Amino acid sequence: MDRYSRQTLFAPIGKEGQQKLREKHVLMIGAGALGTGNAEALVRAGVGKLTIADRDYVEWSNLQRQQLYSEEDAENRIPKAIAAKTRLSLINSQVEIEAHVLDITPQEMEQLVNNVDLIIDATDNFDTRLMINDIAQKHNIPWIYGACVSSYGISYTIVPGDTPCLNCLLETVPLGGATCDTAGIISPAVQMVVAYQTVEALKILVEDWSSLRRKLVSFDLWVNQQTAIDISKAKKEDCLSCGKNPTYPFLSYENQTKTAILCGRDTVQIRPSVSQTRNLDQLEKMLSGQNGTVEKNPYLLSFTTGEQRLVIFKDGRVLVHGTKDITEAKTLYHRYLG
Amino acid sequence: MKLHINGDMVEVPDTITTVSGLLEHFELNNKVVMVERNEDILDKETLSETKVEDGDKLEIVQFVGGG
Repeated sequence: MDRYSRQTLFAPIGKEGQQKLREKHVLMIGAGALGTGNAEALVRAGVGKLTIADRDYVEWSNLQRQQLYSEEDAENRIPKAIAAKTRLSLINSQVEIEAHVLDITPQEMEQLVNNVDLIIDATDNFDTRLMINDIAQKHNIPWIYGACVSSYGISYTIVPGDTPCLNCLLETVPLGGATCDTAGIISPAVQMVVAYQTVEALKILVEDWSSLRRKLVSFDLWVNQQTAIDISKAKKEDCLSCGKNPTYPFLSYENQTKTAILCGRDTVQIRPSVSQTRNLDQLEKMLSGQNGTVEKNPYLLSFTTGEQRLVIFKDGRVLVHGTKDITEAKTLYHRYLG
Repeated sequence: MKLHINGDMVEVPDTITTVSGLLEHFELNNKVVMVERNEDILDKETLSETKVEDGDKLEIVQFVGGG
């Protein structure tokens, strides 16, 4: 079969690299702009298995840059992990794809990293990235940080036991930075980060470690700037994630956020402190008696009332649309769901 | 004073004397950034003591969250 012929002709991969790629398992956290770009590239390239975890569903404002989704997905509010899997299976049926509709907690992270060779960061927040960073250090799995906003992007490949980790670099969780919500995002910035992440992923998957970039790269496509800096000296011996005596602080319960404002959306997510499965049929009955509109698919229920909309997932989470205020979101949540 | 910042020649006021002053000038003082000055990565604690001088070559990389 010559499906991968142009890739195996590329000497650093070759037939041997293609076989290695075929045996590898990648975990993708997030299936938004970066997630769909990375996933499509790796699935076309012939990775063995791809596991995708995402907490969100497809909306119209995603279609401008999230390349695996269609108008139909937005119309039907299909969870991103499911819509991505459906599309990816059409692109390459030889790749095993596992989809998880969930908001990652450390417990789930522990299960998902089983037999994983590489983690790709395609999230939109630092809470999850620091969790990825800790689990990667704990299980000795390389991961690739990528992020973008407006026309700017950044990427760095983190190899446990070798490079500095995200906790070394950040020292604190960044707060109040620009988001896709406030500053917008253009697709070339996404595609550029995807290219930086995918090429590093290919190098790792074919085990060409010496070719890794090893620099923190960033760019602004609109103002024509590009920079790559060597940050190997930023590795800290006393780092709690990758230092001599690690405690993996971001895997502990205290460091978990129970509410989150979603990037690029006028939306707050609320996750119950105790994991629970919701009975959507029962909820549909209950909310039908309220002053609003109820719509349901097999994965979630949407309840619109006035300017606001609650989207209730089977796994217990609720997205409150029409607000960025956590308190207001919680009020609505408690008003309708107790 | 002229500085090379992220590959571009940039004119900044002479009142700026330190790296943290420069970050403030670009409204990056509350952001999480990595700064390289003349090919040396700077420790976050030293940004307010590190001088910037005419002709310095700086790379400023900001960590962002979107994706």
